[in-house]
Amino acid sequence: MTISVNGEPREVAAGTTLDVVVAALTSAPSGVAAALNETVVPRGQWPATALGEGDRVEVLTAVQGG
Amino acid sequence: MADDLFTLGGRTFSSRLIMGTGGAPSLDVLERSLVASGTELTTVAMRRLDPTVQGSVLSVLDRLGIQVLPNTAGCYTAGEAVLTARLAREALGTDWIKLEVVADERTLLPDGVELLDAAETLVDDGFTVLPYTNDDPVLARKLEDVGCAAVMPLGSPIGSGLGIRNPHNFELIVERAGVPVILDAGAGTASDVALAMELGCAAVMLASAVTRAQVPVLMATSMRHAVEAGRLAHRAGRIPRRHFAEASSPAAGLAVLDPERPAF
Repeated sequence: MTISVNGEPREVAAGTTLDVVVAALTSAPSGVAAALNETVVPRGQWPATALGEGDRVEVLTAVQGG
Repeated sequence: MADDLFTLGGRTFSSRLIMGTGGAPSLDVLERSLVASGTELTTVAMRRLDPTVQGSVLSVLDRLGIQVLPNTAGCYTAGEAVLTARLAREALGTDWIKLEVVADERTLLPDGVELLDAAETLVDDGFTVLPYTNDDPVLARKLEDVGCAAVMPLGSPIGSGLGIRNPHNFELIVERAGVPVILDAGAGTASDVALAMELGCAAVMLASAVTRAQVPVLMATSMRHAVEAGRLAHRAGRIPRRHFAEASSPAAGLAVLDPERPAF
């Protein structure tokens, strides 16, 4: 199935969970947050959050700014 | 200063200078500038994670023991800002948010309607909300009324270095505010910062003035002193402005001399 990760289309197996998608980007144990279709998903719920076709995932971190 | 602590959101700080991290040429220059500034509270932005980026601003702040203050820079609606704040809380474990909701890219001026809407939602959600706002006494009052922990009026547009364009509005905001008023945006050099503090601001927030200066570390030192100088001047109470001169040497005891002698 196709999902969007930070605006880029990505092919993943059906049933892929959010923790797997984030782990593909970073191994950082903190400082990262994820939103699924404009809703924040707490880190503790990532392994239990199965993604579906067309889901939009945003993975954010802190950068220099302000 | 130790005898004049700055209280914000229930915490106390020795430094009244809040720094941003944007615009620094490198993390090394940023780190040395932050140290020179003496800041204890510093902003970061929330952006898409880029796996190719090396080094992290978070590790710099962590190493220096500086409290991280996420912002919602780049948000144009209350909805975007609220979601960004919630992501920042999740990522960084802080419920403090420097709230920015701007109207357009050219001016980066705050959108007062969206800002107030976002502020109210985030306060209700338990955030300590520090809103970047226009230098508008009415909007500042409304932001305080919905529960913001401070108001952060702009002196002039972000990154413009134009200083405080309307000092009178700052006086009006400070006069009525029950929360700290913090100059946010527009500082270009030390005198802008000193003026803000003289006008009664509780603190100053800046980034570009330091990070984009020719020698950022020197400017950071300058800003630290400017904040302290302006604050001291405010506490000391300046003399009233007068239309004419007032001699500082006594008139009494002046010798009576023939103005024509001795010849010179």
